[in-house]
Amino acid sequence: MDSASLLQFLISGLTVGSTYGLTALGFTIIFNTTGIINFAQGEFVMLGGMLSVFFMRIAGLDEASAIVLAVAAVTLAGALIERFTIRPVKDASIINLIIITIGVSIFIRGLAMLAWGKDTFALPPFSGDAPIALFGAVVMPQSIWVLAISLLILSGLKAFFSGTIYGKGMLACAQDKKAAYLVGISVERMVLLSFMISGLVGAVGGAILAPITLTSFDVGVILGLKGFAACILGGLGNPFGAAAGGLILGVLESFGAGLLSSAYKDAFAFIILLLLLFVRPSGLFGTREAKRV
Amino acid sequence: MQGLKKDLLLTGAFLSALCLAPWVLPSGYYLTVLIMCCLNAMTVVGLNLLLGYAGQISLGHAAFYGLAAYTTAILTTTLGLPVALGMLAGVGLAALVAFVIGIPTLKLSGNYLAMATLGFGVIVYIFLNETVGLTGGPSGFTGIPRLNAAGLTLSSDRSYYYLTAAVLCAVVLLSLNLIRSRLGRALRALHTSEKAAQAVGIDIARYKLFIFVLSAAFAGAAGVLYAHYLTFIAPSSFGFLFSVELLVMVVLGGMASVWGSVTGAFFLTALPEFLRMFENVEIIIYGAILILCMMFLPRGLAGGVSSLAVRLRGRARPGEDDHAS
Amino acid sequence: MKLKGLVLALAMAFLVSACSTEPESVKIGAVLSATGPASFLGEPEKNTMQMLQEEINAKGGVLGKKLEIVIYDDETDVNKCVLAAKKLLDKDGVVAVAGPSVSGNTLAIIKFFEEAKIPLVSCAASEKIVTPVNAWVFNTPQLDRHAVTRIMLDAKAKGLNNIAIITVSNGFGQSGRAVLQELLPPNGFNLVADEVYGPKDTDMTAQLTKIKAAGADAIICWGTNPGPAVVARNRVQLGIDTPLYMSHGVASKKFIELAGPAAEGIMLPAGRLIVADQIPDDNPQKPLLLSYAKAYTEKYNAPVSTFGGHGWDSIKLIVEAINMGKSAKPADIRDNLEKIKGFVGTGGVFNYSPENHNGLDENAFVMVVIKDGDWKIMD
Repeated sequence: MDSASLLQFLISGLTVGSTYGLTALGFTIIFNTTGIINFAQGEFVMLGGMLSVFFMRIAGLDEASAIVLAVAAVTLAGALIERFTIRPVKDASIINLIIITIGVSIFIRGLAMLAWGKDTFALPPFSGDAPIALFGAVVMPQSIWVLAISLLILSGLKAFFSGTIYGKGMLACAQDKKAAYLVGISVERMVLLSFMISGLVGAVGGAILAPITLTSFDVGVILGLKGFAACILGGLGNPFGAAAGGLILGVLESFGAGLLSSAYKDAFAFIILLLLLFVRPSGLFGTREAKRV
Repeated sequence: MQGLKKDLLLTGAFLSALCLAPWVLPSGYYLTVLIMCCLNAMTVVGLNLLLGYAGQISLGHAAFYGLAAYTTAILTTTLGLPVALGMLAGVGLAALVAFVIGIPTLKLSGNYLAMATLGFGVIVYIFLNETVGLTGGPSGFTGIPRLNAAGLTLSSDRSYYYLTAAVLCAVVLLSLNLIRSRLGRALRALHTSEKAAQAVGIDIARYKLFIFVLSAAFAGAAGVLYAHYLTFIAPSSFGFLFSVELLVMVVLGGMASVWGSVTGAFFLTALPEFLRMFENVEIIIYGAILILCMMFLPRGLAGGVSSLAVRLRGRARPGEDDHAS
Repeated sequence: MKLKGLVLALAMAFLVSACSTEPESVKIGAVLSATGPASFLGEPEKNTMQMLQEEINAKGGVLGKKLEIVIYDDETDVNKCVLAAKKLLDKDGVVAVAGPSVSGNTLAIIKFFEEAKIPLVSCAASEKIVTPVNAWVFNTPQLDRHAVTRIMLDAKAKGLNNIAIITVSNGFGQSGRAVLQELLPPNGFNLVADEVYGPKDTDMTAQLTKIKAAGADAIICWGTNPGPAVVARNRVQLGIDTPLYMSHGVASKKFIELAGPAAEGIMLPAGRLIVADQIPDDNPQKPLLLSYAKAYTEKYNAPVSTFGGHGWDSIKLIVEAINMGKSAKPADIRDNLEKIKGFVGTGGVFNYSPENHNGLDENAFVMVVIKDGDWKIMD
């Protein structure tokens, strides 16, 4: 296999991987504050893409304002979900809350199907679709947009968690809810905030990816699965790990398809993930003590 | 012995109810719904032993179900072996795979364990889908024979239903017994605190593995019965969404409650049939029912029923609640 | 309280729906994938059948009775399909069933129809459905074999001998892949690459890069939306100018919309429905195709697709069989289906016989090319 092809596999892997990474970031934020794996995270991504399409086509807005509006709407949806399905039962066990998010994801998917039908839609790319040549391989301008915005979000989150009082408060909730409550942090508000930020990150992802991956009411399922895998691969709870995990998963799939067999590419990625977990039970960059007995 | 008597009585009553059902609901359609309910219930009871008692999550049980179904399908259809043998081999293989996978996997915990089992499920699904020569690939495996044990062919839906109901009751009885045994107590200790359980000399790894293998065998039993009932299987029935659905049945039914699991499985399997008339809105209603149940019945359907019973009796007897199983 | 109310409402609705029976009607059942991954098939089929029911009843129904089509959604799920079929057979007492939309679901329920002795006219294309012939089972779509034959004729004429295939890993892609693997080598083609992608994949660059390196003269892609649209886009992005053939699975306007400019020049075999206005006036299908397309577009405000046509053909063939024998008894419908000759449907002209339960040949397809964002018949 020549080097241009290998480079092409890498580029395509990074593009696909950023879709996983962006979903994984959303998982991380809610997990860090609540310990919940939010099964509706993939639906946030779907809503980001579908609402952008909807605002552009039906409401006739230009792409940028459509996306901004879509992101705002999904952030609001995140808040509503927390307020109406999580807060009323906040003392329930984690597994119950996780099942609630499964219910929420089914509910949202159903609503989206009813509202926009079962078709697939595409958003126009932000700056044309003329490929850029790079050492014999090609890069799409949209891929560069995606990678750049993902990096921006990642550094934004880092600044938020380490530099603002809200960010620190959310981290405190992750460490110990009771202690956070005792030192005067409003845990409820932090949980609400985490759902909103998750919604925001997911929606941005959905909107910037839609020109490449296309979107439909049911894209959330597979994105949720891959995003969760990316989280675990990178080490749950670590935003940097989540993003890196996503990129690695994408690259593994792409090289698996290119060099081994396209039929088994997903199996290949998951086998590597399993082997890695057996060696490192808390993921690549996991900070938490793994309970190995 | 009090417990055993109660369990036998309850299981006997349940079996009689199942046997009476075809007379009350005469159409073959209801029989098929009930068979599906029984099959899912078997798997869910096993999964609850793992999740509710041993405290270990699995998002890969659809894979054991599928592996067993394909094993018996290939052995009986492609190789022409007797159905009973194929069924045994199917359950055996599911248990064996669980044993091999369980050793490294059960060292993980929480979400990492969830991911590892999920990943295992995805891998099995892809292999079922891609080894077209062996499994028939995504368009499915056709022509699986019906069960013919001891000279009589269980070709009618009704006789097959009785068989399925009997197997479910055996699974239930076995599980209830297990919970009351030494092993059950050890498991509860394990669930409460792994460290403490280890300190009093419980071999945690072995118990976890045993339950994992047992639950896979239950899933396998459901899988082989499914294959020989439908006589057609396709990988899409054994995907990760089915694993998630099984998990939902466990939690919705009530954690650490065998009867809860049976209730959860019957409820969620039959629910879509009742919602059929809502067409496109069906999925929304299904999601909403799931959310509402989890919000208002935190201990699942079983917990809800037992607290209702307590309330009806007019006085709180908190001790009773834990006996919901 | 809320929950109780809901349960009560559900129970009431269930009772009401269970009690309503109308004796003086001919009841035909349908199991379709109106939701789930194959909804692109099931939804237009369902719409078409509902439209047909109104149309037929407005013209006096069947044998002077009202036609009633009971449609259930199987959500593209095997188990739900089995339950729906059981409900139609055991509870609703239908005289014939149209559907299911996908091959796997059809294969799963065939034996119930054999046992119940009710004819099934499937809207799914797999050859396994009709070979070997099952007395009670028919299907209406053109077979993959016919589509591949049309593509091979075209490729041969253009002198394209080294073929790369890229297929989706679901039932549709698998059955196409099997036929391609079977037919290409004995007809003088070299299969230089055999790639697969997942139904939900969003990037096929890796597979296409491999195909590019394999030196193919032509690429054949077998899948249904949205995968082939991604293949088309990635192909243009990678600067591959090898001719690209698609399957009849993308013969809907949606594909052109999704692939955008990348759709230009793509060739595929398709039923005549999408190019109804371009076919010669003496073609027997023309008036039917034009009127069906017009009626569908007006009623549902959506472009017509060949998939909905499979639904039209299934129902109309059953009704034709009923009218032929002046009997709505399942066994008579079955016997008369086998006697149908020269029936003009949307998919082609049907000639059923005891040996042939598909009834179409490769003439049911024309080769079309995408030009200026629309279909154009190739000659």
